[in-house]
Amino acid sequence: MDGWPMSISLQGIIGRGEFERALNFSVADGEVLAVTGPNGSGKSTVIHTIAGLVPLRSGQLQSDNITWDDPVAKIWVTPEQRTCAVVFQDLRLFPHMNVLSNVAYGLRAHGVTKDEAIERSQKILIRVGLASFEKRRSNDLSGGERQRVALARALVLEPRVLLLDEPLSAVDVASRAALRELLPEVLGGFTGATILVTHDPGDVEALATRSLGLK
Amino acid sequence: MKQRISPSLKIVAAVAALFVALPLVSIFVRVPWSDLGDILSQKSTRDALLISLQTSIIAALISCLFGVPLAWFLARSATRGLSALRIICITPMVLPPVVGGIALLTAFGRQGIIGQYLYDWFNISLPFTRTAVVMAQVFVAMPFLVLAVEAAFRQSDRGLEEAARTMGASPSRVFFTIALPAARPAIIAGIALAWARSLGEFGASITFAGSFPGRTQTLPMAVYELVSIDYRLSLVLSLVLIFISVCVLAAMRDRWMAGR
Repeated sequence: MDGWPMSISLQGIIGRGEFERALNFSVADGEVLAVTGPNGSGKSTVIHTIAGLVPLRSGQLQSDNITWDDPVAKIWVTPEQRTCAVVFQDLRLFPHMNVLSNVAYGLRAHGVTKDEAIERSQKILIRVGLASFEKRRSNDLSGGERQRVALARALVLEPRVLLLDEPLSAVDVASRAALRELLPEVLGGFTGATILVTHDPGDVEALATRSLGLK
Repeated sequence: MKQRISPSLKIVAAVAALFVALPLVSIFVRVPWSDLGDILSQKSTRDALLISLQTSIIAALISCLFGVPLAWFLARSATRGLSALRIICITPMVLPPVVGGIALLTAFGRQGIIGQYLYDWFNISLPFTRTAVVMAQVFVAMPFLVLAVEAAFRQSDRGLEEAARTMGASPSRVFFTIALPAARPAIIAGIALAWARSLGEFGASITFAGSFPGRTQTLPMAVYELVSIDYRLSLVLSLVLIFISVCVLAAMRDRWMAGR
C-alpha cells in the first residue's frame, strides 16, 4: 500500500457525540469495500466522516494522496470540494425539485452548463432505468424509484469515491431484488472506489469485493 | 373529534370575543356609508392611503431583503452571544413604538450618533422625510418576519443541506437553492406580517417622521389627527385599515389556523 495511490484511505479515530472508534483502511479503484456491523457500530459515521459532514477526531483521511482531513495538521477540505458522492440511507432527495433537477443539481453546483448537465443527467437516468421519470417529483416515486434517483444523483458526478449507506434498506422486497441486480451492473461500470455500508450479509455477498466488520 | 366545552367557559369566551368584535362592528355601524365614495376620493385621504401603501410595501420588501439573511444567521450560526443578539433584534416587537421612534431619532436624527455625520458629510437629513417613515416601519416590522423565518429555518431538514454540500454546492448555493425554497411559506407569511405591521405603524413613525400631509402622513396618522377634527372621516379611514387587516388575516388563515 505504501506509495500506491489509494482512492481513499482513513487512519484514525472517527466519532460523533459520545461515540468513538479507531479505524484503519484503504480502498483502491475498482474495489467495493463492505462496512458491516450492528446498529450503533459507527457504519454511517464512516460515510459521513469521508464526506466531510463529521470531522475526524484524530488521524488522517486521504484521497488520491491528497489529505482531506487531518485535525493535527489543521487540514480540512470542505464537503463540496471532496471528490466523493454519497447515497444516504434516508436518500435526502430534494422534495421541491423534479427527478431531473435532483440529478442535475450536483453538476450545476460544479459549474457544468445547464444543457450539458441535463444531457448527462438524462443519460444516467436511462442507466438506472428511470428514463421516463424526469419530470416526476421525488415524493411521487416508490421506494425503489427514489433509491435509483439517489444512485443516479451520486453517479452523475463521476466521483472518485462512491459512498453507499444501506442502499437497499429503504425499499420493499420486490424493489430490493431489482436493485440487487442493478447495483453490480452500475458498480461494474464505476472506475473509482466504493464503500458500501450494510448490515445485510446478502448485500456483502452480492456486491462487495471485501469487507470490514465493525463490532 | 369535537370536544364538549363547559357552559361557564363558553360565557367567558363569548365575553372575550365580544370585547374584540364590538368596537370593530361599531365602526361598521357608524361609518357614513352614503358619503363613503366622496370621502375616499378626497385628495388628503388619497394622499394618506398612497403614502401608507407605498411606504409599507417598501418596508415589507426591505424587511424581507435584510430579515431573511438575519434569520438564517440566527438559526444557523454558532457564534457566541447569539441569544443576546436575537433578543436585541426582536426587541422592537415588545417596545412601545414611540420609544422606537425616539431611538431612531437618537441614532439617525441630525444630532444622532450616525445622523450627525450623515448631515455633516453628505448633507443628508433623515428625520421627517418619507424615508424616515419607511425606516420606522422596518424597525418595528422586521422582527416579525425574522422570528417567523428563523423558526422555519430551524425546523427545516438539515439533511438536505448536507446532501447538497456533498454534491458540490457552496454554502451560499445551499442557502439559495435548498434552504430558501424550504422556508418559502414562512417567508411569504413573514412578508405579509411585516407589511400589515408597517401599514398599522403609528408611534415610531410619528415620532421619527412627523405627520405632514402629503409627505409623511400615513393612514393611521391621518386617523389620529382627524379624530378631533372630522370624526366621520376618521371612521372611513379606520374602515379602510380594518378592511386591509382582515384581508391579510384571511389570506394567511391557512397558515395560522391549519385545517380550519
